[in-house]
Amino acid sequence: MEVSFAITGKGYVILAADQNAARSIIKMKADEDKIKALGSHLLMAYSGEPGDTVQFAEYVERNLRLQQMRNNHPLRPQAAASWVRRSIADSLRSRSPYAVNILLGGYDMANKQAKLYWMDYLGTQVDVPFAAHGYGSYFALSLLDREVQKRLVISFPSFKVKVVDEGGVREVELDMTV
Amino acid sequence: MARRYDSRTTIFSPEGRLYQIEYAMEAISHAGTVLGVLASDGVVLAAEKKVTGKLLDLSVTKDGGYGGSGEKIYLLTDNVVVGVAGLTADANSLVNYARTAAQRHLFTFNEDIPVEQLAQRLCDLKQGYTQYGGLRPFGVSLLYAGWDPYYQFQLYLSDPSGNYSGWKATCIGANNGTAQSLLKQEYKEDIKVEDAIGLVMKVMSKTMDSTTLGSEKLEFATLTLDPTTKKPKAKIYRPAEVDALLQKHDLGKKEDTEMKTS
Repeated sequence: MEVSFAITGKGYVILAADQNAARSIIKMKADEDKIKALGSHLLMAYSGEPGDTVQFAEYVERNLRLQQMRNNHPLRPQAAASWVRRSIADSLRSRSPYAVNILLGGYDMANKQAKLYWMDYLGTQVDVPFAAHGYGSYFALSLLDREVQKRLVISFPSFKVKVVDEGGVREVELDMTV
Repeated sequence: MARRYDSRTTIFSPEGRLYQIEYAMEAISHAGTVLGVLASDGVVLAAEKKVTGKLLDLSVTKDGGYGGSGEKIYLLTDNVVVGVAGLTADANSLVNYARTAAQRHLFTFNEDIPVEQLAQRLCDLKQGYTQYGGLRPFGVSLLYAGWDPYYQFQLYLSDPSGNYSGWKATCIGANNGTAQSLLKQEYKEDIKVEDAIGLVMKVMSKTMDSTTLGSEKLEFATLTLDPTTKKPKAKIYRPAEVDALLQKHDLGKKEDTEMKTS
């Protein structure tokens, strides 16, 4: 019962993810951050098997940080997405695969473009203008298909919302009362 | 007793030097000249061929492969061309390694390898031979002409010790001192590729021993951006194209006229 969304606009990507940490029928936490900043211009929303998600997200975060230190520049969103996809695909074919779904949004400083990639735990990767993971996707994708709506009609109490554009990554407060 | 330290590549001499590395560099300063000039809209490479002769079979170079005659200038990936000076056999091994490294990067990141990273990969290998025992270092210096979306056009040089550096214009091989001082005089900031070709030709004609230049002594390559696709486009000139270029810059042979007058 997790959900994450992302939309791209001209020069930016917005990612939103619910904040629940639940197990079975029990909600244990309502202020979990499921969107990681992987660099100055790269965001990753992750969902899936609890435990796998955080482990994999930290693995990606540290590897991309290492790449950036070695090469004096961060990977472009396209290259980072390819690397993440490959990591998932390699993991899927190992003894203990990660079950993690990912939305990767970034602003490419090389050609001044915002990019969004949808990836699932099977190693599928697509470059999309908007995307969603989880049960919320059944509602959201149909809405987004028609046009990007102002309101999201899902009854999660709160969302973490982060934007990435030319200025880098930042968090925005979403007013859930409307 | 300096010779005691000659045979091992990995042992410092009492003066703190690695003789084998220095000998390798010395060997390179007798090899064919390789010249590179970085322009605002491209990079130019030229190389002097050493293996020449009337009986050398060059039929493959006329229209086979991807251009060039395969002695000094090689295509590593779509976005990097390299010019080598030194032992050709060692260079072949390095070129092979570099091509594998470039394709492996493409496999994991789905992008062309950034030029500096490729230079780094080769230098890591070369450096290893200055530290891990029993082996001879690579007797090769390389000039890398490349493009990537991070830093656009770039020109790098690497030597047998595993050092590398970025340049606007530089030269390796025989007479590299003369060539470098010529380049220093003539190089202008924001030079265009067309002028860079002219500059390379001029410096080459002055540093090479032979009086007239021809495709049997010269290899030539450019790396530019394709105006429509915005992708890097490497062009390694075929012998006929090299001769045409030399004629254009009034440096080619004038055998036709000479034959007729004599």
